[in-house]
Amino acid sequence: MADRPEGQNKPRLALHVPEPKFRPGDKADFSHIDIGEPGKMPRPDEACEAKDTLPLCYDLIRVLGDDDKAHGPWNPKLDPDTLRTMLQHFSTVRAFDERMFRGQRQGKTSFYMKCTGEEATSISAAMALASDDMVFPSYRQQGVLIARGYPLLEMINQIYSNKGDKLKGRQLPIMYSSRDHSFFSISGNLATQTPQAVGWAMASAIKGDSRIAATWVGEGSTAEGDFHSACTFATVYNAPVILNVINNQWAISSFSGFAGAERTTFAARALGYGLAGLRVDGNDPLAVYAAEQWAANRARANAGPTLIEHFTYRAEGHSTSDDPSGYRSAQEREEWPLGDPVTRLKDHLIALGEWDEDRQAAMDKEAAEHVKATTKEAEKNGILGHGLHHPFRTMFQDVYEDLPWHLEEQAAQAKREREIKWPGEEPWS
Amino acid sequence: MVVSTQVKEQPATAGQDTERRLNMIEAINEALDVMMARDPDVIVMGEDVGYFGGVFRCTAGLQEKHGKTRVFDTPISECGIIGVAVGMGAYGLRPVPEIQFADYIYPGLDQLISEAARLRYRSACDYIAPMTVRSPFGGGIFGGQTHSQSPEAIFTHVAGLKTVIPATPYDAKGLLISAIEDNDPVIFFEPKRIYNGPFSGYYDKPVEPWKKHRDSVVPEGYYKIPLGKARTVTEGEQITVLAYGTMVHVAEAVCAEKGVEADILDLRTMMPLDIEAIEASVKKTGKCMIVHEATRTSGFGAELSALVQERCFYHLEAPIERVTGFDTPYPHSLEWAYFPGPVRLGEAIDRLLSE
Ligand SMILES: Cc1ncc(C[n+]2csc(CCOP(=O)(O)OP(=O)(O)O)c2C)c(N)n1
Repeated sequence: MADRPEGQNKPRLALHVPEPKFRPGDKADFSHIDIGEPGKMPRPDEACEAKDTLPLCYDLIRVLGDDDKAHGPWNPKLDPDTLRTMLQHFSTVRAFDERMFRGQRQGKTSFYMKCTGEEATSISAAMALASDDMVFPSYRQQGVLIARGYPLLEMINQIYSNKGDKLKGRQLPIMYSSRDHSFFSISGNLATQTPQAVGWAMASAIKGDSRIAATWVGEGSTAEGDFHSACTFATVYNAPVILNVINNQWAISSFSGFAGAERTTFAARALGYGLAGLRVDGNDPLAVYAAEQWAANRARANAGPTLIEHFTYRAEGHSTSDDPSGYRSAQEREEWPLGDPVTRLKDHLIALGEWDEDRQAAMDKEAAEHVKATTKEAEKNGILGHGLHHPFRTMFQDVYEDLPWHLEEQAAQAKREREIKWPGEEPWS
Repeated sequence: MVVSTQVKEQPATAGQDTERRLNMIEAINEALDVMMARDPDVIVMGEDVGYFGGVFRCTAGLQEKHGKTRVFDTPISECGIIGVAVGMGAYGLRPVPEIQFADYIYPGLDQLISEAARLRYRSACDYIAPMTVRSPFGGGIFGGQTHSQSPEAIFTHVAGLKTVIPATPYDAKGLLISAIEDNDPVIFFEPKRIYNGPFSGYYDKPVEPWKKHRDSVVPEGYYKIPLGKARTVTEGEQITVLAYGTMVHVAEAVCAEKGVEADILDLRTMMPLDIEAIEASVKKTGKCMIVHEATRTSGFGAELSALVQERCFYHLEAPIERVTGFDTPYPHSLEWAYFPGPVRLGEAIDRLLSE
């Protein structure tokens, strides 16, 4: 190593630690974010070269304007019935989140996660996919299940870990799984689903199937190695997969700068891998639908995988265990320049003459009542910690396909313990 | 009683030219070939496994025979390889990923431990991960710290994984076929020191090639050795030796040399474990020696020792002996000081016999 002579005029190195623009008490001002103009972005052919998506990786694809009308080549031209269906799913997810959040506060379950403000990134995206395309979600995509018609009752049973829970009380609340709805089992380990989605897509291609895969990951979690492996495998094998990155600005209390957002966009990461990249206004339901549809068509035509950054905002806390007022400005939510996806879709339908506030109020009321009634129904199967859980013996099942001798012995031990604790009761119940 | 004696199933036929004799690499290659031919859902992938056939040549010729979309090279990304295999398994394929050396499985550990191992349980059988992760493991080839490790204990500690280690070509083929057919994720460790011939532990003596060994007679086509059944290598009344992989052969050579009549059990699978065979043997001999190459502390030998103590305490006539590698990283130039060879085994046997 060369000696460093005294008195050399070299600058002292300094470490940069990212810091969000606003902290609690600050006035939030998002004027530095260039949201561009709706309708302005070009829509290249779906089979284009990945590098042709370069401008789409930096600016936002937006369709809905301040005039509540749809603009430009990305307008997916959905008919009013489809738009109303989308709105209906929005309304259901909002009502569902609201009630489940309250349920957690009332001690009916241990945990819940809302997706407020991000509904379009799951519902509109899911509606652009075929119902048998395989999805590998993260934990904030309840909208995908709802858009696919998964029964709310099953969702609540899972959240309550009750005796009706199809997952036998083994998973943290909201970590659903439904093979019948081509919805992969959610993991608590972030980003692990991303290479799995690519593997599923590769398998589909190996078998000459026509189904594609899509996965969702938070912008914070894109820093995980799994995500980079997923991008590499996706591009190497031209896997028919869509990688949705939900940039909702926050990863618990760490802002997106800790995943590298200060230097480039998440969409732009696609280019280095040779993936097509799209950056879309995640609060614009039409833009999200159009981007997902573009990527799905591309994948289906063997033209390549796509990474979509959904630029959005996490309007609520990270989960029921989080209080965002401890780390970010309370004003951010109102100042968010891209508005609220539900309001924007509603206003669009009204502008089309296909909707009105009264019908909206009725829809919201009906959704709330439906969720409430379903919650009551689910509660008959029990709530967390109140006895009506899955039969006790199921704890030892499904570790392996067959029960090995050591688990058989441990199950017998557990049974003895229960006989001592609750004499006279059926120990396996 | 579950001890299956391979010697009886496949009697030694040395000298008969009509018998097919394979080394371990060829046996593994055949297992893959047979399974790929039987089941179009079996996929082989890993670093260098395609055109070239793997750095140890275990997958040689498979791509040419079964096509590029069923046997292919992967990026150097163990997390990607295992993660992708989980997704393929969920689709309905039976991926057989290769990790080039067991030492490189760590970047893929999370996908194995948190994902593959638990997928069946957490999804209540909605999804399974029926993959067989093959990987050469163990030392004795001057591989240094990053080409010599024996990480089997990590996997036996994880609920939902199965761990298999063959010690002969015959077993390698039959066990690998069982592993591929198994609906649970299986870690299949191949003791690379004995790929080409059984190893007595005397590093300075020439290695006898497999083709002269009784257990290199490998039937053509499809046959299975069930997971969870140990193999009795030799029968004896004096001591029980529990071993797997390369150490089976070292133990056999040392016992033969010392004239000790030992019940040598080749465990073949750590999970599921053949506890009945272990119990029966230790109760018969009253003396138990456990042998493995992996580092000692919290190694799989600790688990075996606890099980024997719990189940055979009143039959034991001497403390259980553990013969293992040392608790150091695997040294390159001093590997023969690290390796549990004839001296270390011999000392342990003497202690057992003197009790
Ligand atoms: C591998 C791993 N590390 C850490 C955590 C803890 N954790 C749970 S959510 C979260 C933040 C994730 O943020 P992001 O990916 O941006 O998604 P968002 O919550 O914003 O939707 C963290 C750190 C985890 N679940 N898994």
